[in-house]
Amino acid sequence: MTKIGLEIHCQLTNLESKLFCSCKANYREFQINENICPVCMGLPGSLPRLNQEAVKKGTMIAMALNCTTPDKIAFFRKNYFYPDLPKNFQITQLNIYGDTSIGGAGSIMVGDKKIRITRIQLEEDPGRLIYEGSSTKNQITLVDYNRAGTPLVEIVTEPDFENPKQVREFLNILSDLLENLAVADPSLEGAMRADANVSIEGGNKVEIKNIGSFHDLEKAVHFEITRQNSLHSRDITITQETRHWDDKRKITISSRSKEEELDYRYFLEGDIPWVKIDSEIQEKLKSKMPESISSKKERYISKYNIPSQVADVLSSDKFYSDLFDESHTENNAKEIANIITTDLMGLVDTREKLEKSKITATHLRDLADSIQSGKISRNSAKNALYEIVKTGNDLSQVISELDLGNVSDESELTGIIREIISEESQAVEQAKSNPQTINYLVGKVMQKTKGKADPKLTLDLLKKQIG
Amino acid sequence: MNLKISALEFVQEVQNGNISAEDFVAKTLERIQSIDDKLHAFLSINEDAVNQAQEIDRKVKSGDKVGVCFGMPISIKDNMCIKNSKTTCGSKMLENFVAPYDATVIRKLKQQDAIFVGKVNLDEFAMGLTTEFSAFGPSKNPWETDHVPGGSSGGSAVSVSAFECVASLGSDTGGSVRNPASFCSVVGFKPTYGLISRYGLVSYANSIEQIGPLTRTVKDTAFMLNIISGLDSNDNTTVDNKDENYLSGIDSGIEGKKIGIIKEMLGDGVDPAVLSATKDAISKLENLGATCEEISLDMVKYSVAAYYTITATEAGSNLARYDNLRYGYDFSVEGYEFNSYITKARQNFGPEVKRRMIIGGFVPSTGHAGKYFLKALKIKSKLTREINDAFKKFDLLIAPTVPILPFKIGEKIDDPIALFLVDINTVTANLTGKPAISVPFAVSNGLPIGIQLLADSMQDKLLLRAAHALENTVKLPEVPI
Ligand SMILES: [Zn+2]
Repeated sequence: MTKIGLEIHCQLTNLESKLFCSCKANYREFQINENICPVCMGLPGSLPRLNQEAVKKGTMIAMALNCTTPDKIAFFRKNYFYPDLPKNFQITQLNIYGDTSIGGAGSIMVGDKKIRITRIQLEEDPGRLIYEGSSTKNQITLVDYNRAGTPLVEIVTEPDFENPKQVREFLNILSDLLENLAVADPSLEGAMRADANVSIEGGNKVEIKNIGSFHDLEKAVHFEITRQNSLHSRDITITQETRHWDDKRKITISSRSKEEELDYRYFLEGDIPWVKIDSEIQEKLKSKMPESISSKKERYISKYNIPSQVADVLSSDKFYSDLFDESHTENNAKEIANIITTDLMGLVDTREKLEKSKITATHLRDLADSIQSGKISRNSAKNALYEIVKTGNDLSQVISELDLGNVSDESELTGIIREIISEESQAVEQAKSNPQTINYLVGKVMQKTKGKADPKLTLDLLKKQIG
Repeated sequence: MNLKISALEFVQEVQNGNISAEDFVAKTLERIQSIDDKLHAFLSINEDAVNQAQEIDRKVKSGDKVGVCFGMPISIKDNMCIKNSKTTCGSKMLENFVAPYDATVIRKLKQQDAIFVGKVNLDEFAMGLTTEFSAFGPSKNPWETDHVPGGSSGGSAVSVSAFECVASLGSDTGGSVRNPASFCSVVGFKPTYGLISRYGLVSYANSIEQIGPLTRTVKDTAFMLNIISGLDSNDNTTVDNKDENYLSGIDSGIEGKKIGIIKEMLGDGVDPAVLSATKDAISKLENLGATCEEISLDMVKYSVAAYYTITATEAGSNLARYDNLRYGYDFSVEGYEFNSYITKARQNFGPEVKRRMIIGGFVPSTGHAGKYFLKALKIKSKLTREINDAFKKFDLLIAPTVPILPFKIGEKIDDPIALFLVDINTVTANLTGKPAISVPFAVSNGLPIGIQLLADSMQDKLLLRAAHALENTVKLPEVPI
């Protein structure tokens, strides 16, 4: 049986500052080596100053993944020399001297499969290495420390995955969960990185390091299983080793470094006292936690009778579910869910478009109410939505500017219907004998009014005219 | 101009207009000029000190608000950061390191109009007891210039003792303030762990070390502590002392206090002169109304071993950042690969630092941690339990600061084990986080002896009160320089 375990590094990109200083957690907008200070540069005499907000967010992630959360947590030093580490040690967490990491054992369901979480730890990201020069001989390494000290949570799973598909589903669930908690933006470059360990039936465990995105993680796992199966089929032993993911060639390569032999000499970080997170604090955090995706889905289905598939799509996206929760009322909930999942999501199908979108809850509410009262047809509503996303103008303004309002004036509509009746005598005869075919005539009226005729009124008037 | 006044006297004199800060600072610099060749307390001098003093005099004359230090000239151990000044840590590794920020203690002293006359000598990265491990050569004991001044804050103790400044800041990891204070006959204080912010103090063994003042009188120490103690958002290990005033009630004596005499600190190897001075101190404290009784702290006999294991582990990690890539000394990376470069660059560490880092790489490593590092931590917590129990019974504990008298430069430098035993009486306060102070008490054949008092955590005020009482029982000769 194939076994896959993951170690996921997730930057807490939504935090204001780094884990141990007041430099920005959002380092991406800075020039090289501009987002630094004595603390994150590890200058002589500087001391780490723990970001309490990171502790709260880390605890929330642990709770959302159903992990145990200890009463107090501690930080440790992981000692090794590397140019991206300003102090030549990383401040991190571990559980070898008791459960002192921010999250202990937990689990999450991926479909019917239970994936166990081993632990969650809070730690600092190192700097970023930039390699220049072609051959190994004249290669130079440049270091950008803007990233150094960015808060990370490392989520370690048990080797419970059996195939890349489960990995992908897990990553989707995890991304949605992190976004829902408003702790991270998984779409930012480098915000999610991972290591994976993979073994097939009868083979040794192989670690894959340095996978730079969730997208590549699934690919790397897939590649590695194929590689191992191919070796196995030729009776070649799969050696226990560490491999690196080459994101240009999309393959894993055996790493010659002796990384696995390093002794990190872990010991307690004395500059950061133990942090108390007692039950009172935990209860408070729990009450502040946003509603979980599964509970949202449940609510949408049971309260508003929204179809399960629509509820699924709606609840797993924080932006849209927030929009829904803000705009809907008891009466228009279903309509709004429809507008969001069938029209809006198609309109703003990329993140960029979403960020530029000017749509608000008020727009959605007006739109749904107008559809329900017959002021505007579904079709016109779609056009109005397109305009609103672009301009952010009020619905009433959009309707009048684009002349999207329904023709609900009885005499105007009667006139149009008379024209249709004279043009379509055959269809009129048919409708008289078979009332079902009257819809053809309704369609004709719609065509003539460019979809703006109030459908209910049209039907009533048609029936009256035909007699 | 009398340079031999205390910090509090200096403040009074300037405040009353009897002396000017400019005169005093200028005369202080002259004295440094004339005698420091012999003593080598200073590694660098603040060329702007006189101008800064002028500005304070101007403020005094015009009635502007002046900080409580009134231009008091202070020396700073060269392992604390002063913005735009060199902070060498007595090491070739940091020979050219200019700090881009102020340590918290420096910021607080600047706010109170203290003047830093210069940075003073220390054993490299504060690892040593004599200043002989300074990469820039040893300091000399002003009482006997061919003797060591103690360490690692040797430059601090020498500069205060020889009137090259009014007060100094040192750091104490295993006795580094108290030991040189004892050897040079000045007051040296290590506060409760967390009472003074370490932000800007270059770490050696961060879990046990503290910054501490070296002064001429106990009252001066209380005065300095009032300025530099308290919570600091830049140091998560600081404790809230609720703006305690350590000078108030310092004269109220020790009548009725119970004092424990630590048996293990008066054992084999104690110099007879040190032993008799200690007995004298005990009887004087009894005369003041205290009751003294012997107490045994069994773990003290393992304390030095535990101390070196823990400090080496932390030092190995704390000093790992000195790879010369981001700051340090002039040595190009051209032609080197990362590992070969840092191996070469780190050869600029001195022998004692290398020795401790090698130990620090070994004792916490996989397969050895259980035998060494974790065992040392066990001793640390057992010792803490023992001393906590002792403080249920006693208000204070007493022992000589150093069991032996100052020795000659070069006499023990090649015998690390002999040097390590000099620590036996001081490391307990660091391992347990308790406050401790060395009070000048006797001079034997021209060599000073200090008496150490310890108190329970956050009882720093009581400790200073007792030290002040003890200090008042003796009149000591003046330094012969
Ligand atoms: Zn920073």
